[in-house]
Amino acid sequence: MKIDRRSFLAFVLGGAAGTALSPLPWKLTDDLAIWTQNWPWTPVPQDGEVTYLNSTCTLCPGGCGIRVRKVDERVVNIEGMQGHPVNDGGLCTLGLAGVQLLYGPTRVTSPMKKVNGSWRKISWDAAIAEVVEKLSDLRAKGLPNTVACISESDRGTVAELFNRFLTVYGSPNFIRTPSIQDSYELALYLTQGVPAMAGFDVGNADFILSFGSGFIEGWESPVYMFKANSKLRDHNGRMDQVEPRLSKTAAKSDKWIAINPGTEGALALGLAHVIIKENLYNREFVAAYSSGFEAHKKIVIDGYPPDIVAKITGVDTATITALARDFAGARKPLAICGRGKGKTPGSLQEFLAVHTLNALMGNINKAGGIWAVPEPDYISWPELGMDNVASTGMQQRRVDGAGSDKYPHARYLLNRLPEVINSSQDSPIQMLLVASANPRYTLADSQSVAKAFEKIPLVVSFSSFMDETTVNADMILPNHVYLERYEDVPAARGFPKPIISLAQAVVDPLWNTRHSGDVIIQIAKQLGGPIADAFHWDSYHACLEESLADKWDTLVEKGYWIDEEFVAADWAEAFETESGKFEFTSKEIDALPQYNPLKAKGDETFYPLVLIPYDSMRLTDGYIGSPPFLVKSLEAYILQTNDVLVEVNPTTAKEYGLDDGSVAILRTPKGNARVKVQHYDGIMPGVIAMPRGLGHSAYDKFLAGKGANYNALIDVLEDPASGYDAAWGIRARLAKA
Amino acid sequence: MGWVLFPKLLYSQKQQPVAFNHALHNEEVDGGCESCHFFRDDGTYSGVPKLAQCVDCHEEMQGDSEAERIFVEEYVAKGREVPWLVYSRQPDCVFFSHAAHVILAEMECVTCHGPIGESESLKVYEENRISGYSRDIWGKNIAGIKRNSWDRMKMDDCSDCHRKENVNQGSVQTHKGGCFVCHK
Repeated sequence: MKIDRRSFLAFVLGGAAGTALSPLPWKLTDDLAIWTQNWPWTPVPQDGEVTYLNSTCTLCPGGCGIRVRKVDERVVNIEGMQGHPVNDGGLCTLGLAGVQLLYGPTRVTSPMKKVNGSWRKISWDAAIAEVVEKLSDLRAKGLPNTVACISESDRGTVAELFNRFLTVYGSPNFIRTPSIQDSYELALYLTQGVPAMAGFDVGNADFILSFGSGFIEGWESPVYMFKANSKLRDHNGRMDQVEPRLSKTAAKSDKWIAINPGTEGALALGLAHVIIKENLYNREFVAAYSSGFEAHKKIVIDGYPPDIVAKITGVDTATITALARDFAGARKPLAICGRGKGKTPGSLQEFLAVHTLNALMGNINKAGGIWAVPEPDYISWPELGMDNVASTGMQQRRVDGAGSDKYPHARYLLNRLPEVINSSQDSPIQMLLVASANPRYTLADSQSVAKAFEKIPLVVSFSSFMDETTVNADMILPNHVYLERYEDVPAARGFPKPIISLAQAVVDPLWNTRHSGDVIIQIAKQLGGPIADAFHWDSYHACLEESLADKWDTLVEKGYWIDEEFVAADWAEAFETESGKFEFTSKEIDALPQYNPLKAKGDETFYPLVLIPYDSMRLTDGYIGSPPFLVKSLEAYILQTNDVLVEVNPTTAKEYGLDDGSVAILRTPKGNARVKVQHYDGIMPGVIAMPRGLGHSAYDKFLAGKGANYNALIDVLEDPASGYDAAWGIRARLAKA
Repeated sequence: MGWVLFPKLLYSQKQQPVAFNHALHNEEVDGGCESCHFFRDDGTYSGVPKLAQCVDCHEEMQGDSEAERIFVEEYVAKGREVPWLVYSRQPDCVFFSHAAHVILAEMECVTCHGPIGESESLKVYEENRISGYSRDIWGKNIAGIKRNSWDRMKMDDCSDCHRKENVNQGSVQTHKGGCFVCHK
């Protein structure tokens, strides 16, 4: 057949017309449309059965009840539990972002061992066997006290299991990570003679005077405090914030009193001066239920008149006097302290100065006041059978010096550990267990901490995440994350009533992880003898159920158990001091309560500025690293791409030629960091501030390498009265890059 | 030629993981389709049954067919969900509520799904190579012509019925055309 021009055109046109009339183009257009609307990388919500489970958030010590929404086996949402006494339906950003910690890329997925500097997955049997071998070895050498454990908490069954293990093994070196809990416990013990937790009945107060506490920025139990703040507003209450920087709490307060950093304790004594001098204190409480008032009166009347306090604090005398009168004039005034989220224990004198302010107003154990909440006592396990090795080991001094002649009142002094190890030829710690803690990041002076940890022959991390401590450890025995495990939460920080909550496993473990409680029980059993005898439980779950006894059913059903009827003890029964009264001055520590300035470290001529930290609800700065939701939500004045911003007063910035947004090098006696300059009128001239929680080297790409770590730039400032870290800042130098 | 060749090129043929007999199961249960394809307590629709429901009867082998052996050994014993291929699965951009249609409007399953409950075997699943969805959505007929209400499951088919039944298709708030009623 001959194809000519005419038949070719007819064929093409006919074909085109035929195709257009056929369903082919319409069908393909439709398919392509569907294809383009369903890209494989577009996230699609899972379809399935929706269930809700009650649990408790353990990402901070706040103790919030949570309600977890699941679609089939996938956790899709976490919300606050309605009606929960602590958070009543509310939840913070970290709690909401908890799902990302469960499914995120920073999980440790299996037990691991470091071999020639790189991680190898090993079996649980092999990992436990290796730890047991090392423990047996140290014990055989009579060195059980060279084993130490660092834990975020010392309460609840898991912490108690670690502590019990160390005790029966023969080591006194169980160490809790530092926080204001240390100082509040000590303040309550010294003045009231009770081993108790500080609870704040903030919801019923009508005037809250905060000495630098981030009342709405994560102080104590964050959501409880948010709610209390709302209640305060509803009741037309008042909150004043004493702080060198205009924080969010300061901005939301009725009055912001800008104060020279580190001098808050002096202001508290200045207020006491006015209150006592003008007879504005609670005479009933002072006369009948306190002792040492006259001595205290002499100290504050002689030493802290407003003009002297004004010189120390930079707060003028009129403000001091007016504040004292307003505070004393309130029906239920409450003074609180512990800077920011309360990560640094702080100066004991400062805590006592603030606490005695409450005592002057008689709001100890009263509605709207500070309450001594008894420590949880539901854990009653059988007595330990100690062998000789254990007894000898337990008689050795604690490696951190807590309880020694120099630091008789401190329970744990983790801040001293790096120095102790670095100043010894051989590390006094041969094996370190780290559970729910990330000291390599959270402790001050990161370089010294790293150096000390390098000297420890075996560091075993129980972390669920690849945090700084874990990455640099020698072995990882990964715990389940909180949504995969059962655990008791023995208290809610700062909450005024005894409350026990239960974290429940809402999903099966995703990876080859194991509950740390189970791991400790298994290690103990393999060590045999009295150590094995001390752990009679088959599993952690059995131990937990047995420990919670008659509360177990309530906890499983409701998620929490609360002593609803609890009222803090009456003044007549509240004090277990030698005098049986509240002690304004204590024989146990001479210098109290006074103000001895703790100066920021560093040479003033080389480091003309003072660097202070601040906390944000959008950044975590403890064991848990900030999940991506939080980092994404950071304000542009905290982080810009990978640079942290340092707040500088415009006058200071002008003096040093630092333009807004310019890159600068921040130097302190402990380290350097690249930062960006943020002009801010809310910070005092001569003082600069940076956020805590950035500058991670570990975790995932969403967090690592962003900003600088404040802890790497500061040094421990040991409180001479307690031994706790009281650093509130450090001297610094800021220069153009 | 195109009518025959084109569908063969466009769709790949897939077998279901386990041979399933709807008719047989329907005889065993009292509640009809809803015995296995039920509504959950919260009103959501469970869709294709999960292994947990099958295990109620199939913990042990029921009979000695090859399909039963595969099902019990490969899935029940190993606790693995059966990766059923769902003929009526709609693109993710479509929101469809079974409760609104079956409970509220009292429609029969057959109206949209056809008499699948009477089938003795599962037909071959034809997967669209472009969109990834089943051929049953567009319909067997490549020209899109349908004889029964269950022949196709495209948006026009929803609309046909909604128009016929005089269903309010607009948004409750704005009374305008309600794309977001179905496309969330």
